[in-house]
Amino acid sequence: MNNVILRTITAVVVPIIALFSIQLFFAGHYYPGGGFIGGLMAAGAIVLLLIVFDIRTVRKMIPINYQWLIGTGLLFAVGTSAGSLLFNVPFLTHAYRYVHLPLLGKTSLHTAVLFDTGVYLVVVGITLVIIETIGESD
Amino acid sequence: MSTLHWAMVAPFMLALFVPFLYKHVRSIHTGWFILPLPVALFFYFIRYMDIVQQYETVTETVPWIPSLNIHFTAYVDGLSLLFSLLITGIGSLVVLYSIYYLEKEKEKLHHFYVYLLLFMGAMLGVVLSDHLITLYLFWELTSISSFLLIAYWYKRERSRYGAKKSMLITMFGGLLMLGGFLALSVMGDTYSIRELLAHSSTFVNEPLFSVALLLILLGAFTKSAQFPFYIWLPDAMEAPTPVSAYLHSATMVKAGIYLVARLTPIFALSPLWIWLVGGTGIVTLFWASFLASRQTDLKGILAYSTVSQLGLIMSLLGIGALAFHYNFAENIFIVATLAAVFHLFNHATFKGSLFMVVGIVDHETGTRDIRRLGGLMTVMPMTFTIALIGSLSMAGLPPFNGFLSKEMFFTAMLRVLEADIFSLETWGILFPVLAWCGSVFTFLYSFLLISKTFLGEYRPERLEKEAHEAPVGMLLAPMLLALLVIVIGFVPNILSDTVLAPAVYAVLNGLFKPGEGVDVHIAHWHGWTPEVFMTLGVIAVGTVVYKTFPKWNGVYRRLPERLSLNHLYNRLLEWMEKGSFALNERYMTGSVRTYLIYIFTAIIALLSVSIVLKGQWNIEISRFAPVGIYEIVLAVVIVAGALTTLVSKSRLTSIIALGSVGYTVALFFVLFRAPDLALTQLVIETISVALFLLCFYHLPKLRDHGKGYSFKLTNAIISIAVGVVVSTIAFLSHAYKPFESISQYYVENTYEKAAGKNMVNVILVDFRGFDTLFEICVLAIAALGIYGMIKLRMTKEEKLEK
Repeated sequence: MNNVILRTITAVVVPIIALFSIQLFFAGHYYPGGGFIGGLMAAGAIVLLLIVFDIRTVRKMIPINYQWLIGTGLLFAVGTSAGSLLFNVPFLTHAYRYVHLPLLGKTSLHTAVLFDTGVYLVVVGITLVIIETIGESD
Repeated sequence: MSTLHWAMVAPFMLALFVPFLYKHVRSIHTGWFILPLPVALFFYFIRYMDIVQQYETVTETVPWIPSLNIHFTAYVDGLSLLFSLLITGIGSLVVLYSIYYLEKEKEKLHHFYVYLLLFMGAMLGVVLSDHLITLYLFWELTSISSFLLIAYWYKRERSRYGAKKSMLITMFGGLLMLGGFLALSVMGDTYSIRELLAHSSTFVNEPLFSVALLLILLGAFTKSAQFPFYIWLPDAMEAPTPVSAYLHSATMVKAGIYLVARLTPIFALSPLWIWLVGGTGIVTLFWASFLASRQTDLKGILAYSTVSQLGLIMSLLGIGALAFHYNFAENIFIVATLAAVFHLFNHATFKGSLFMVVGIVDHETGTRDIRRLGGLMTVMPMTFTIALIGSLSMAGLPPFNGFLSKEMFFTAMLRVLEADIFSLETWGILFPVLAWCGSVFTFLYSFLLISKTFLGEYRPERLEKEAHEAPVGMLLAPMLLALLVIVIGFVPNILSDTVLAPAVYAVLNGLFKPGEGVDVHIAHWHGWTPEVFMTLGVIAVGTVVYKTFPKWNGVYRRLPERLSLNHLYNRLLEWMEKGSFALNERYMTGSVRTYLIYIFTAIIALLSVSIVLKGQWNIEISRFAPVGIYEIVLAVVIVAGALTTLVSKSRLTSIIALGSVGYTVALFFVLFRAPDLALTQLVIETISVALFLLCFYHLPKLRDHGKGYSFKLTNAIISIAVGVVVSTIAFLSHAYKPFESISQYYVENTYEKAAGKNMVNVILVDFRGFDTLFEICVLAIAALGIYGMIKLRMTKEEKLEK
């Protein structure tokens, strides 16, 4: 079946969804969003690719083992939480600092973002593991 | 640890080495290695006689669990010394006997001696312990080692049956006794028996007094095979004969006697104790001696005879407790306690020898059935002599020691008539009457035992082996016991001052001062008293009954088997097994629906009952927020979606309707200003609907597919009730808000402390990030679980294909 329209639209839409996902993720600390919904959105973009192309093609496009992604995400979350122990403060104490960056201006750097990255990666990983596993089974 | 403690644990320690001795020294019978220990212990305990004779006691303590006030306290007084001497003395003889009885090649001797040593140590522990908890520990150890010994020939079905029965009954009693001990320790605020005895008079009015009394008595009665718990003892005769001689005549069955004797000063003030101990004892005496005459198995006769003699001792202890109700000066009931202690000793001697004799007969002829035995008198003269001495002593005939204690028993029973408390002046007449009848039967079975085995004509064709006299080694132990029977019969007073007086003093703790007056009674064993005439009556009537026994023997056959306690026990076990099985079958249906009904019904019942009991029926309307048009519309939509899910005929409709419910919830989140929740809810609802559709697509083509739901009234009622109860609780709890919410803290500090403006997200990753950490773990586990289930299923299928 020739679904050229679908493919073309996908090519345009997936970057937009991906950007939206990243926006949701980074805005999470100040506006609605965060790791969870961001991760789901990113997974959604890849699901759209899966619908339009087949699993093998998508694997070539994005050569990531999603199970590793889950592990990496958990490491991020635990690492951030346990990192605070090095500074002699309780587990999961976050730190933040305002810095002036070129282009962006006054920006807050916050370890909570690292924690949220863990959430993000885990959510992307689990969604895609589930969907791929089910999709591959007959 | 003191020497006394080493003496207590020595059997356990030797038991450790028995298997090595058995495996590595095969040429020597393992029993020879065991024998020195009980002999040494016997002579060790003899040394305590000097101390005990002075009415002094020895106490040694080793802490076990000091924080819980549990210690191994060993305590030696007259009573424990008497028992210790019996245990080690008869233990030595039994070990000697077993060396000749059990064959070195055929039997698993290491099992036998390990169990026997365990038992010996446990029994010493029971009689020497001053601490209730350690007493209980050793008590259960005797039960366990007895269980092991009864089932020594574990390949026989009857052995296993007997072992299980004795285990169930004695453990039942043991556990109840533990309850009694705990009640006792609560009353006295101590575990030490000595301390309990010291202020025992204050217990009578305690609410736990009767509870402790009943529970402890149940423990003692089950162990000592009293009515109606005697049924395990005849079945325990499947054990090897040395075991029967040791455990089931001389020692273990007297553990209950020991306990009753030991705790008499505490409970004696209660009429319940006197009636229960005395009454049960006398009933057991009568009933078991009646049943003993019908047995055809020699060990069966001895088993019932043991039960009956234990009943005798028990009844004497019950009457002896009356002594606490009278002044010491004119006290006529002390003789009962003296008789109990004396008979305890005598019974151990003659019953031990009788069991050994029966074992010899079994060993040399191959049978114990009195219908096949007879005329062994000339073949086995030594065995016959010992049996005669033992039986005559058991029957209570002069000049043997059984006569003396039976005279004292009659004296005690007659003196019951002089008591004027606890309706003993009227119902007390039962005691001498039953005692006398029981003695007649005792006389009967003692003579049957002798005549059926040794008298009559010798018929070798009925026997499995050719009968001949036993080897000297086997005869040695019963000979020593028989010698003791005679010696005590002629010179009883060698015992009185050394052993019996201190024991009586220990049983009647606190009643009199050391050395006051009991000795007179022991010396006083002669004279034309009513007791002598009772004995003469027993002999006369007994002889008549014995002569005419074949004529009225049929009475026993009239006794229906269905009414026997054994039958009752078997049926009870069967009924319990079947009953619990049927119960399980009934409610554990295996259907998840049924279990859900149980769970929901329980929820409804518990919640509604607690609502009603609390009775807080205020619903505060002032706290309700105003309801807008959007909420109403969305509520209608969500209710419509839910109803569609419920009543739709096709599953597809239900899935779609469920999706609509989910999206409406997302809309509610929007309406109630929860953007994060709304976003997540939308995406998650989409994914789950997609998964539902996937499931739907793979459903098997069933016959009734698409027919819709079937209506069940119970389910409808339960679900409505759950809804009503949960809604009610929601309304009620809304009205009940005693504290301000803590959300104000988050509102104030989200930016101040966490440098964020999205409060939800800050709570998720910062204030309460710990929860999030594990929620993503949950997600990871779920994903890996799905992966595992699908992939593993596939590999399994592939394997099958190969």
